[in-house]
Amino acid sequence: MPEKSFEVFPRSPKKTYGLMELVKGTAPGVEKEPEDTTFTWPNLFYNEFLMALAVTALLLFLSLYVQAPLEEEASRDTTPNPMKAPWYFLGLQELLVFFDPWIAGVALPVLIMIGLMLIPFLDINPKGRGSYTFSERKFAVTNYSFGMALWVVLIIIGVWFRGLDWNWYWLWENGHVHKPVAAGLGDLPVMFSRNLGISDFAGKAISDLLMLAYFAIGLIIPAWFFKGFFKRLGVVRYITTMVLFLIMVGIPIKIALRLVFSIKYAIITPWFKI
Amino acid sequence: MSKLMNRISNWVTSTPFWKAVFRHGYEDTARNRSLTTFSNVLYHLHPVKTRRESIKIRYTWCMGGTSLLLFVILTVTGVLLMFYYVPDTRRAYQDIKDIMTVVSFGSTFRNVHRLAAHGMVFTVWVHMTRVFLTGAYKPPREFNWIVGVLLLVLTLLLSWTGYLLPWDQLALWAITVGTKMAAATPFFGVEGPFGAELGMRPDNDVKFMLLGGTEVGQNALLRFYVLHCVVLPLFVVVFLAVHFWRVRKDGFSGPL
Repeated sequence: MPEKSFEVFPRSPKKTYGLMELVKGTAPGVEKEPEDTTFTWPNLFYNEFLMALAVTALLLFLSLYVQAPLEEEASRDTTPNPMKAPWYFLGLQELLVFFDPWIAGVALPVLIMIGLMLIPFLDINPKGRGSYTFSERKFAVTNYSFGMALWVVLIIIGVWFRGLDWNWYWLWENGHVHKPVAAGLGDLPVMFSRNLGISDFAGKAISDLLMLAYFAIGLIIPAWFFKGFFKRLGVVRYITTMVLFLIMVGIPIKIALRLVFSIKYAIITPWFKI
Repeated sequence: MSKLMNRISNWVTSTPFWKAVFRHGYEDTARNRSLTTFSNVLYHLHPVKTRRESIKIRYTWCMGGTSLLLFVILTVTGVLLMFYYVPDTRRAYQDIKDIMTVVSFGSTFRNVHRLAAHGMVFTVWVHMTRVFLTGAYKPPREFNWIVGVLLLVLTLLLSWTGYLLPWDQLALWAITVGTKMAAATPFFGVEGPFGAELGMRPDNDVKFMLLGGTEVGQNALLRFYVLHCVVLPLFVVVFLAVHFWRVRKDGFSGPL
């Protein structure tokens, strides 16, 4: 029988596997793979090696010209003005102008990290995996870009535009001359009660209600207009996403309130102020 | 002459010792290409074959790999700096001065260490942005994204703890600003909301734990030194191992 000459290993009735075919070729996968792969050595290692060389060379080159700063020895007798944190924390330090330390220094960083970790569980849009796309995930990309832009702008302000007493100094201004003390700031509840001629309690109630309204409207309006978005996410995911989003948007809003209306606190409780 | 060289090289590569170290030949064959990746402890973090599209620099920007490279550079230069630096408030500043002026290549190592540290904060951030924009955190890679965020936090903490070590004015007051925030932690800081109500005092709150005192002094310097040189790098290595392992298990994202 002619078939017999091709049977290199005879089939064994006791085994569930067997040699199917012998083919000629140079690589384990002879037919074209479903994925268009290539050997890691040398193709990927080549890129990595060149990048490593370039980065190391750049570092060594820069180290000749950029001296690591070393100021006077640490001393409690002289306090530098302004005191600046490392650049990557200047975004948070800048927020200290607009928020109490427990928000700017603790609550917001924790929320940022938790929010970042939650991203894969909040963004259930299956599209846009493995490629750059804006049209297929507009909300996600806009959201992230907004947060990043806010972060970068705050850092740039902190690094280049803050001088003595953490006041705003343009690059061409004399950084050694103190600025006049800015006009006093007021609290939103007090402003309401004074300007509207109502009781302190009513003023407080109005500002508390405004805060509640911000979150309530922020939660209801998008759910109303983007019903598909709301349905896809479900209640828990939707509320988590929107609350994190509203807190993020709330940061520039609070900054604007302070800069435009000289408002220091919007919410006042016996334990904390926002 | 070349015959002699050939004979010598043939003899060397046929010795049991050579074969024990190098498990495969040098000829450009598919088998050797596989074995190069496969039989090397560092290279085998990679799969033997990678998708062509995933290798492209315009996809990855090389930022994850560069972060790792910077971490390695930081470890090497950091160990060299440790030989000359004692975390004692009475001499730390002078040690840095010595490193900058007396120690051979000391200023180079310190400059590279600082530049690489700033660079790593930047590259980790850009790497995260790349992963976000390519949707590479979507299933099945959700957990690796979390590990990545933890690595970002560790990177920031590493950079920040290193900031105190030169013990100059910049260091002291930057850390003073930072640890003031710790005192404002809700519940756990004396100045934070509900802190005083829960019995927090300047000598028992979270800032005190961080500094080993009520202000930045000798205890704080030692704590930051140990965190910077031992504790945080160990955590980074553990999370890096998980990070890379997950990349292999979940597969490299990339255009299908």
